[in-house]
Amino acid sequence: MKRLAQGAIHRVELTLNGVGRVGHCEPRMLLSDFLRQELGTTGVHVGCEHGVCGACTVRVNGSAQRSCLTLAVSAEGMSVQTVEGLAGSADELSDLQQAFRRHHALQCGFCTPGILLSATEFLERVPEPTELEVREMLSGHLCRCTGYTPIVAAILAVAAERRERKDRA
Amino acid sequence: MKPAAFDYIRADSADEAVEVLAEHGDDARILAGGQSLTPMLNMRVAQPRVVVDISRAADLVASKTDAGALVVRAAATQAAVERRPRLGDEVPLLAQAFPHLGHFQTRNRGTVCGSIAHADPSAELPLCLAVLGGEVVLRSRSRRRTLRADAFFQGLLSTARQSNEIVEEVRFPLARGGERHRFAEIAMRHGDLAIVALAVIVSAAEIRLGVGGVADRPQVRRWPRLAGTELDAELNRFAWELGARDDQHASAAYRRHLVRRLGRKLIEELQG
Repeated sequence: MKRLAQGAIHRVELTLNGVGRVGHCEPRMLLSDFLRQELGTTGVHVGCEHGVCGACTVRVNGSAQRSCLTLAVSAEGMSVQTVEGLAGSADELSDLQQAFRRHHALQCGFCTPGILLSATEFLERVPEPTELEVREMLSGHLCRCTGYTPIVAAILAVAAERRERKDRA
Repeated sequence: MKPAAFDYIRADSADEAVEVLAEHGDDARILAGGQSLTPMLNMRVAQPRVVVDISRAADLVASKTDAGALVVRAAATQAAVERRPRLGDEVPLLAQAFPHLGHFQTRNRGTVCGSIAHADPSAELPLCLAVLGGEVVLRSRSRRRTLRADAFFQGLLSTARQSNEIVEEVRFPLARGGERHRFAEIAMRHGDLAIVALAVIVSAAEIRLGVGGVADRPQVRRWPRLAGTELDAELNRFAWELGARDDQHASAAYRRHLVRRLGRKLIEELQG
């Protein structure tokens, strides 16, 4: 049993985008704030802070989750992926990120990191989705710029590209 | 929107969790997946002095079939149960309900027992448990008791759980031969809480209809098999007995309309 007192600052260790990191926080700090303020991954966007908008979605041990609905101390020892860790390096984009650019699947970009993380997990689980499945997956995200259509197109395009690449190989 | 300060205790087993509750009682809240509790903490609707995280309690993560029921332990996530390979045969109603339950990102972390314990009147899992006649196992340091769903749910966010108890597991009866199931929901957006949710089970002998989102808790009626004007009359009576009220999402009349029309559609499909 682990007991952490309120008001005191506790050490939290986790793996962030493949690298071991340490930060410090009170028990009440949300994972979203911890990732932004302690560890500097400001690609985690904070919108509604009650799990509705999806902007803060990150992957925790591989599964897409709301970082605003998780305490940082609950994520101790876990492996967290943010938008900063999607591509190999800072000047590269993943195939999904490239497709978002090509299809104009973002405008202001506020919702984009969360959607990218959700879609990354989704395409691993459902490599050949239907448009309806993509739209259902997107129901967990709010976008006020695009009308969603280009986002759906980008995700379906990546699924098709990956399949072609697999067929050729 | 940041939580007020609390002590954090991570319980590694059910034993440890009930020890902490014995000590802190009303001052403590159980955190399993946190998909209902954390929004309440963020909005400071809930300000517990102690948060007891059971998400890593090794003896609470399983879901399994046992003695005619799907048994789901306190820390089993909704996604883990949803992805059981045979869920559609085990508890078909649950398999139909899960896609309506929040979004896959919240099901990845949210727990089945947490949703039951939270007892939101619009939530899908309490409705399924009620219409299936499932059970809730409550455990404190000194005793364990089992309640039927209709005794467990007592009102808006209110249950028979006492402050020294955890919801240790819930039991959904497995589908019996000859039963047919249907779950349907009307919400503003896919994944939002239900304006009206309906769960129907039809067997050779009876119709069972559960309604969520209207009264202060899931409501269930059982009838012998009915059709035509007799069915319409029963549905109309049920719709009025639910005590629907106008709110910002829908009028009471619209909710009654959905219970009557959607109820008849689903029941006719299953009896057809």
